[in-house]
Amino acid sequence: MNHRKILISVFVAMTAFGSAQAQRVKGSDTLLPLTQELAEEYLEEHPDSSVIVTGGGSGVGISALMENTTDIAMASRRIKFGEKMKFAEAGLEAEEVIVAYDALAVVVNPSNPVSKLTREQLEAIFRGKITNWKEVGGEDRRIVVYSRETSSGTYEFFKESVLENKNYMSSILSMPATGAIIQSVRQTKGAIGYIGLAYLNQYVKPLAVSYDGGRHYALPSVETAADGSYPIVRPLYYYYDSAKEAVVSPFISYALSPVGQQSVLAQGFIPVKMESDEGTVQGDGKDNEADNGEEAVGR
Amino acid sequence: MKRFMEKAVRWLLTASGFVTSLVILLIIGFLFTEGAGLFREKVIEEGYVLALHKDNPVRKMDAAQIKAVFDEDVTNWKELGGPDLPITAFRLEDMDKYFTEEELGEQYENAPEMIAALIGEHPGMVAFVPESMIPEGAQLSFIDDNNISVKEVLAGSEWFPTATPAPLFGMWPLLAGTLWVSFFAILFALPFGISIAVYMSEVASERVRNFLKPVIELLNGIPSVVYGFFGLIVIVPMLQQVFGLPVGESGLAGSIVLAIMALPTIVTVAEDAMRNCPRALREASLALGASRWQTVAKVVIPSSMSGIASGVVLGIGRAVGETMAVLMVTGNAAVIPHSILEPLRTIPATIAAELGEAPAGGAHYQSLFLLGVILFFITFFINLCVEYISHHNKAKNS
Repeated sequence: MNHRKILISVFVAMTAFGSAQAQRVKGSDTLLPLTQELAEEYLEEHPDSSVIVTGGGSGVGISALMENTTDIAMASRRIKFGEKMKFAEAGLEAEEVIVAYDALAVVVNPSNPVSKLTREQLEAIFRGKITNWKEVGGEDRRIVVYSRETSSGTYEFFKESVLENKNYMSSILSMPATGAIIQSVRQTKGAIGYIGLAYLNQYVKPLAVSYDGGRHYALPSVETAADGSYPIVRPLYYYYDSAKEAVVSPFISYALSPVGQQSVLAQGFIPVKMESDEGTVQGDGKDNEADNGEEAVGR
Repeated sequence: MKRFMEKAVRWLLTASGFVTSLVILLIIGFLFTEGAGLFREKVIEEGYVLALHKDNPVRKMDAAQIKAVFDEDVTNWKELGGPDLPITAFRLEDMDKYFTEEELGEQYENAPEMIAALIGEHPGMVAFVPESMIPEGAQLSFIDDNNISVKEVLAGSEWFPTATPAPLFGMWPLLAGTLWVSFFAILFALPFGISIAVYMSEVASERVRNFLKPVIELLNGIPSVVYGFFGLIVIVPMLQQVFGLPVGESGLAGSIVLAIMALPTIVTVAEDAMRNCPRALREASLALGASRWQTVAKVVIPSSMSGIASGVVLGIGRAVGETMAVLMVTGNAAVIPHSILEPLRTIPATIAAELGEAPAGGAHYQSLFLLGVILFFITFFINLCVEYISHHNKAKNS
């Protein structure tokens, strides 16, 4: 069924190539599954239009927008200053829309008594300045720090947000995937690592994090991320050229509509606008992951 | 007709030999040209400069010092041979801390002047900005941007390929990690491999042999990712408990997995070599009154030395070049290992994990090719050693 839909959309795209209906979306791999889902649903409602979604990374999407090889650029980070400058040079104006939020949870082994840390403490831990849990109120145990590989967008975001662009320590353990981090944190008593909110499960314990020096701590969950009390949250963006607003606005407004935001939640991201009953209606397998995450947070 | 066919076949064989050699040479050439490009790259990211106040006398900073400054580990110019002044590091992302959107102008047309003025106001500032944003004739000084040096790369002890403003390409920890983990893998695999080979070729009955050989060869067919999984979920926690380690992902876990993976190669090749030992030699030894054990130790093993050695080399080759399993169990920390119980990072794991996102043609990309060249030299050297050993043995035997 999905295959046929994609085939049809490709076919429609080929026949309608160049017409105002064809929308090309390109960029971040983080946003790729979500945008594909949104595009499929959008096509169901608007069978005569077409949306083509491709990945490649945030940087690829933004430069494609500049070269006019895409209509919407997906980005898991804000447009860089240098890129904005290039846009300005080319006489374009990039419009920015936030479609969803993605939160990162800092996790430790469930046996670890430490339950909250400040940003400063996290920075010191990930930069190797604090090496023992007793320095942050835990047991006398060496801290084992897990990180993602340098190629990951999560790695970059965590570095930007928590380390304020400083480098991780060189002896950090870099794991090839989020699953590997969970596995390692689960079996290593002194471990600490970071994972996307959607991956949170009962085998690892999320930490409450404070960005204001310890005055307010918040545990990661869809709710705290949405109301802004949980700090390690990154917005996920769509960028488009303001001259093309008429072409792209139907799809973007679909993504921001309550139905679109429902899929955002189902994919494990945080909707832009939280509605009170959204979190409770959940059905298929994909949702259970997010569900488990919330349960773990609640404990 | 027949003669024509013979000629055609001969041509075909010659051609395939040459084509294969040519392809191999081309691959090596490609590896070298891409890898050597690293030393033509600048230390500071392309298109960017490090601008200083015009009174600041510091001109020389190597990549490690730049990193220390931007990580706020070095906070005074005194430490870099300059005046006693605190260092303020400035990145483009800090722009909105100093200026408002209105000040910068709608199209950021005021940005270059603002940056120049900002640096002028702060004598201790070092600014990491695009070259194009420095206004012409600005009263600023700049850090000299040299090419990446061979010494920094091969002897450097820090691997930070994505650090800004200046990435660090110290390959020594990766090289040490690779050699260390392979060395231990062979240390484990060699005694086991040889004894299994001796058992199978000399001791085991035909029925046992017919059962054991396919089972051991089956090990070869297991994908390396599966070994990695097994290592991460079984070996890593086991080591953690047995040695009481704070972290189980270690060189030892990597070498155990590699040893298991190298075992079938060593066993199969060594066993074949021993079974191919001429019957006449064996019988002569037994006829002279040597026991079975003496025959194996003094006749069979020495005469099949070159075969055993090539089995060992193939095993080492597999260990040195193995990627996926190692990536999953060694923890990939780019530090020089002091013991086998610490996490380490190998060359193949680094290439596999990083090549996907390294922008083609950039310094990071080229540094990964250079790692490939180093890996090539390691296996080349091992091959030469074996060549020498087997040659030496042949000369002695004849």
